Parts: sequence; structure tokens; C-alpha cells
Amino acid sequence: MSDLKADLTLDNSGLSCPMPIIKTKKAMDGMKVGEILKMVATDPGSVSDIQAWVKKTGQELLGQETEGEKFVFYIRKVK
Amino acid sequence: MPEESAKRLAIISTHGTLDMAYPPFILSTAAVAMDMEAAIFFTFYGLEILKKGKIDRLKVSPVANPAMPMKIPNIIAMLPGMTPLATSMMNSWMRKAKVPKLSELLATAQEMGVRLIGCQMTMDVMGIKKEDLIDGIEIGGAATFLEFASQNAVTLSF
Repeated sequence: MSDLKADLTLDNSGLSCPMPIIKTKKAMDGMKVGEILKMVATDPGSVSDIQAWVKKTGQELLGQETEGEKFVFYIRKVK
Repeated sequence: MPEESAKRLAIISTHGTLDMAYPPFILSTAAVAMDMEAAIFFTFYGLEILKKGKIDRLKVSPVANPAMPMKIPNIIAMLPGMTPLATSMMNSWMRKAKVPKLSELLATAQEMGVRLIGCQMTMDVMGIKKEDLIDGIEIGGAATFLEFASQNAVTLSF
């Protein structure tokens, strides 16, 4: 997964629901189509929430990994 | 996105208590983050949440609240000082879990464009004036809420 090159990294460590998806949405709004966001969170609920978020918004979750206590998501802006 | 997927979240808030004020703000801000529109209709005691300077001073009562982690018989829970105690305990759990304060969620909701509608009828019944409420909200009645909720919406009440 680390071979993915992120255009922007957003660290949501320490934030609880609903802030990770709100900050993800705001970050994606400022990005161009095709760019990749690396989002880091510590809220375990974000694993399910990011999957639901991409399903609803139509963005693409390229992959996710766990680094110790942190969850890392790579999301491509498709629209 | 499937064609039948709801585009709106329409919430009715009727309780001006700390515990019941959180879900409408968490869900409405999340909805906007998911490309939905969201509105909260504040009616009856829910209007308390929109009063100036009130949102971070809402309370939760331990009376008739058996789900609270603090197990207190109702006859003790009704004593003076128990509601402030339960409130400060809940606020400290929220801080520990890094949940934003209600005023922060309110600011986020307003910034993201969540429609906040104060119930005109409740204002009349309770003698609440528009200037008693925070800026940037709408005042309306049942039809204002229902018109929004009638189009492809998820509807919830707290």
C-alpha cells in the first residue's frame, strides 16, 4: 500500500466520530479529480465509516492498512 | 451511488438535554459530509439548544435514566445536586473520548450548511423571542420541516 503516492496527507489522529469523515470530506473538496488522499485516524469506527462514506459519495477507497494504533486510508477523488 | 439512495436527513429535536442534543449534530454534520442535505427542526424543549449561550450548559438527569453508567436509585437521583453531578460526569466522559463540545458541533453544522429551524409555535407557547436564539437560524413551522422531509429523506427524532 505504501507504494501509493498521496497528493495530500490528512491526520485525524485523536478525533472521534464524526470528525474524521467531516475533515476527509473538506480535504477532498479542495483536491482535483484523480488525486489521492492519505487519511490517518485512530478512531476504530473510521474503518467502517470510511467504507460507508466512499459508497455514498462515489469516491474510491484504494486501500487501507493498520500502523500500530493508527488506521491509514488511501482514497482517490473520482468526481 | 444507487438511484434510490436518500439525499436528505431530516431530524426533529425535542429534548433540551445534554445527551439528546448530541445525536442530531453528529448525524447532520456526517450527512453533509456524505453529500446529503440536512435539517434539524427544534421544537418544544429542543429549542433550549438554540438559546444564546445555552448549548454548552445543557444538563442530563440521572432520574428515570437506568442506562446511565452511574447506578443511582431514583429516590437519591432526585436530590439536589445530582443533576449537576451527572452532567459533569457525562461532560468528562465526552472530553476523555475527545468528542467535540456541542458548541463546536453547532459551529461545524452551521459552516457546512445544515439548516437549523426553530419552531415558531413553541416560541409563542414558551415566550421565546427571535433575539433569544443564536444567529443564523431559520424560524418556521411544521410545513417548513415537512416540505424538506417530504423529498427523498431519512427522518429521525430525538
